[in-house]
Amino acid sequence: MRLKSLSTFALALPTFALALLYAAPAFAGSPGKTDWGAGADDATFHAMLKGSFHDKGIATMARLDQDATQAFCSDPARASGADKDSAALRARIEAENLASIKWPADGKWLGDWTKGEAIAQNGRGLTSTDKAGAVNGGNCYNCHQISRREIAYGTIGPSLDNYGKTRGGSEETLRYTWGKIYNAKAYNACSNMPRGGHMGVLTEDQIRDLMALLLDPQSPVNQ
Amino acid sequence: MNSSIVIGLAAAVLATLTVVARAENDKSIESIEQYREALRDGNPAELFEAQGEELWKKPAGPKNASLEQCDLGLGAGVVKGAFAQLPRYFKDTDRVQDTESRLLTCKEKLQGIDSSSLVKAPFGSPEKDELNALATYVSGESKNMPVKVSLARPRERAMFDLGKRIFYYQGGPHDFSCATCHGQQGARIRLQELPYLPSPKGAGGAWTSWPAYRVSSGQMWGMQWRLADCFRQQRFPEPVYGSDVTIALSMFMAATANGATVDTPGIKR
Ligand code: HEC
Ligand code: HEC
Repeated sequence: MRLKSLSTFALALPTFALALLYAAPAFAGSPGKTDWGAGADDATFHAMLKGSFHDKGIATMARLDQDATQAFCSDPARASGADKDSAALRARIEAENLASIKWPADGKWLGDWTKGEAIAQNGRGLTSTDKAGAVNGGNCYNCHQISRREIAYGTIGPSLDNYGKTRGGSEETLRYTWGKIYNAKAYNACSNMPRGGHMGVLTEDQIRDLMALLLDPQSPVNQ
Repeated sequence: MNSSIVIGLAAAVLATLTVVARAENDKSIESIEQYREALRDGNPAELFEAQGEELWKKPAGPKNASLEQCDLGLGAGVVKGAFAQLPRYFKDTDRVQDTESRLLTCKEKLQGIDSSSLVKAPFGSPEKDELNALATYVSGESKNMPVKVSLARPRERAMFDLGKRIFYYQGGPHDFSCATCHGQQGARIRLQELPYLPSPKGAGGAWTSWPAYRVSSGQMWGMQWRLADCFRQQRFPEPVYGSDVTIALSMFMAATANGATVDTPGIKR
């Protein structure tokens, strides 16, 4: 489920929080913290977006519409945390993302790490040249070192080598790791990591298999 | 040597390199460097450059005219140095244009060719290949010159600002923006190094090396194609060829790259 836009959400807030929102509006269509310059005002910018793209395959124009998290994080002063005035909004965005996480219904956290490795390797899915309904990859190796056997890993995210070995298998670790894969923005509003479960990129079973890759003592990650 | 043999050879060398790249990280980056060195005297892109020059001079279209009187910003018929100063504002179209969108204008005005069919033609089609060859020729005529893009006119400044704003604009199922992949120093995706584009060094290296010959596909890509493929990876809808979003991003990169030396045609993975 997508987050409600902050504008709708603001109606339900107590007055003092509302005042805060007005002082530092972050929802789409409102000015953020970064001054983009006179030539890039909201109206001109959105007209440019509208006129510059077209639907291609499953990648339709609707993908240009932002939810509250994307709108907030498109302002680099806010994304980086440099804008202290938006700290409360940032916390609210994290809370909303956290609340959206669907925990495993049967309480079963770990699947099959061999399948998890294949999902982590797979960077396919959801581009304009992919088919609707195809199984998506996790893209994990694009950004993380995971199993030491794979040398072609990216460095946008931290190394996850020995992840389970260093963190153990406590309930707390299981919950955090599931939550992170399901919705990375629950713990870090403007993380560069996609929200795999929240955006429907990954299924619950795929998340279980990725959990096993990171946390199963048999997984090469923990050898 | 015959051009298709050179290209075939280059592709074969790369096929081997790709295997090596997956197996051995540092070593593969090193061998790609060596490969680049080896090709410096015989970059297959030069064939596209020559083809572009031929297309530039050959009469074509309903008006059976060549492109030799095309105004790329320095006056009708001046190609030398024009690429180094693009994108720029053009009075006749009342738009800020990059090399590729300006080529469309000249084809329309001088040759009478309807540009909308060229805009719609997919990358890899003969129409787009011709545009890429033309852009390669034009860029080659600025080789070794410093990038000198002006933001003096308000429309040019606005394009830069819009480019910066879209660079950070997140959307789609992965929440990606350009900045997700190009917004930090020294990051890679798998083994591919990602330039940090908001910096003069990152933008300089990137902007000055396209159009480039891509060894992995054996294709010549202009910046329009490069950007369209990054938007594809971003899981965005497709940018229209020559649209303002592509020119805004180009303006953002080119102006940030000011002072860097044009090194096209480039050669890439
Ligand atoms: C586009 C980049 C990107 C992709 C793709 C990505 N991540 Fe991440 N990941 C990050 C970044 C950046 C961080 C660190 C910042 C943060 O905590 O949000 C991170 C953090 C994490 C963490 C928390 C690490 C810690 O020490 O707390 C885990 C676990 C994780 N990623 C797992 C995964 C898995 C599994 C996948 C594939 C389904 C994946 N990531 C895909 C960028 C990415
Ligand atoms: C999901 C990752 C991703 C996103 C998002 C992305 N890029 Fe890229 N970009 C890449 C990769 C990977 C390469 C290197 C490609 C290669 O080596 O084949 C690249 C290469 C480039 C280059 C060529 C750099 C050079 O020095 O040759 C430019 C320019 C560029 N990207 C601009 C952009 C812009 C502008 C955006 C946003 C519209 C963007 N990219 C979005 C991954 C991305």
